[in-house]
Amino acid sequence: MLEIKCPYCGKRSQNEFSYGGDASVKRPELGKEISDKDWDDFIYNRKNPRGKHSEFWHHIAGCRQWFKVLRSTATHEIFKTAKIDEEL
Amino acid sequence: MQKYSILSLIKNAFSNHQNWEVAWKDPEPKKEYDVVIVGGGGHGLATAYYLAKEHKITNIAILEKGWIGGGNVGRNTTILRSNYMWDANGLFYEYGMKLWENLSQELNYNVMYSPRGIINLAHSDAQLNVYARRGNSMRLNGIDALMLGREELKKKIPFADFSASARFPIFGGLMQPRGGTARHDAVAWGYARQADSMGVDIIQHCEVTGFDVQNGKIEGVQTSRGNIKTKKIGLCVAGSTSLLAEKLNMKLPIEAHVLQACVSEPVKPFLDHVVTFGAGHFYCSQSDKGEMVMGGDLDGYNSYAQRGNLPTIQHVLSEGVAMFPNLSRLKMLRTWGGIMDMSMDGSPVIDKSHIEGLYLNFGWCYGGFKATPVSGWTFAHTIAQDRPHKLNEKFTLNRFNTGHLIDEKGVGTKTWIG
Ligand SMILES: Cc1cc2nc3c(=O)[nH]c(=O)nc-3n(C[C@H](O)[C@H](O)[C@H](O)COP(=O)(O)OP(=O)(O)OC[C@H]3O[C@@H](n4cnc5c(N)ncnc54)[C@H](O)[C@@H]3O)c2cc1C
Ligand SMILES: [Zn+2]
Repeated sequence: MLEIKCPYCGKRSQNEFSYGGDASVKRPELGKEISDKDWDDFIYNRKNPRGKHSEFWHHIAGCRQWFKVLRSTATHEIFKTAKIDEEL
Repeated sequence: MQKYSILSLIKNAFSNHQNWEVAWKDPEPKKEYDVVIVGGGGHGLATAYYLAKEHKITNIAILEKGWIGGGNVGRNTTILRSNYMWDANGLFYEYGMKLWENLSQELNYNVMYSPRGIINLAHSDAQLNVYARRGNSMRLNGIDALMLGREELKKKIPFADFSASARFPIFGGLMQPRGGTARHDAVAWGYARQADSMGVDIIQHCEVTGFDVQNGKIEGVQTSRGNIKTKKIGLCVAGSTSLLAEKLNMKLPIEAHVLQACVSEPVKPFLDHVVTFGAGHFYCSQSDKGEMVMGGDLDGYNSYAQRGNLPTIQHVLSEGVAMFPNLSRLKMLRTWGGIMDMSMDGSPVIDKSHIEGLYLNFGWCYGGFKATPVSGWTFAHTIAQDRPHKLNEKFTLNRFNTGHLIDEKGVGTKTWIG
């Protein structure tokens, strides 16, 4: 069972959270010319690394805040968590 | 190659089964091959077999970083079916079903193909409508499909919860009678043995670490056992695809996720079919040994760990108990996990790439075992002829660019949900 530290509530068990995917993906900027490739990279293409992965989680059965987690996809070790507007 | 038969079995019994030929050799890698297949899972082995058999290309190496059958081909719950709605999937998997029907004879290896029928349960009128639509689409493509009512289901799966207090009452279901199961190890071993006998080198404990690309063309691979020259590479590494793609500076529309499965202690026969729960994600069948083979949801976050977490098993099994209450009395024997190459639309890619001589086969999600024969068959064609076969021409990589997604479930690009 993962133990995830919500930046607002502290350590809680995995059951209280839901996953939100790769947090390094950035939406292309509004109002600018957007190439097909930029769209593809935003919507479909992923680095999908083995190792450190920054990702979104949602404390859905708790404070219901979204936040960021730096976790290893190889060992599931969690290195750090941060609020959505903070750097990981 | 020694032919397996009742006679060879009797003959070898007299020498205490000490004199069987090895099923495949253990060669040293050569300097150069016509085709190198990366990954000795079901798809890699089948691809090499069909390259040799259908296209007479036999100077082939299969490079496997572990041992053949140690990946997902030996970790799945062996369900075979072609109950898809979209033509691209339906026609592809249906061709696969035809290959399954004859596979034991073709490989001279008993893959224990068991067309016991797969039943998808519906728990509401709306769900029945969706299944009817899917069943009709299947029949239009010549695939067997049958709608079942509650009373018929009571006869087929009497141990499901038909009580008045069922949390998710069973309204009916969709059945593909020819769906079923096969023995996964036998599929890997059967393809390996035949490919080996036609001259394919199966090289285990040989990890591909990089590629030699010059002027946009494949010239070779780098491996833990030295460099090997080749003009054609077929990538069949399932859950590891992104890791090798990274070495080619490619980002692909997939994520790696762990899927778990489990088996119970063996019990007397009580379930004749493969059954899926419609109110969540759970399915089960009973193995020939009597174990209940069960699976369901992904763990739900990117993972290369090849093992999962207890909350998911607990969640999946609670659905199982809702469907078959008597499962709650069984002890679990073991659980395990495998790394899925979850694609963004739930369908695979079997395609050429922008690099000449590099061919791609990935995105199998949790349904790639049933595809083993047809994936190998079409991928062999794609590699040998340097163009896709009609059966895989829609499984392109650039469909994500052009918008021609094959989104059977219509759930969008959240791979961990689909
Ligand atoms: C729990 C579970 C249940 C499943 N249930 C079903 C089911 O019921 N029905 C169904 O149809 N499908 C099912 N699947 C999916 C199915 O098993 C896979 O889609 C399919 O096996 C993938 O193709 P493969 O056999 O070629 O993969 P694998 O057997 O994983 O083969 C890939 C191989 O590539 C090797 N490799 C990786 N990197 C390298 C490298 N750098 N160099 C050399 N070799 C490398 C790996 O070691 C591995 O052996 C299930 C999967 C799991 C995990
Ligand atoms: Zn919180």
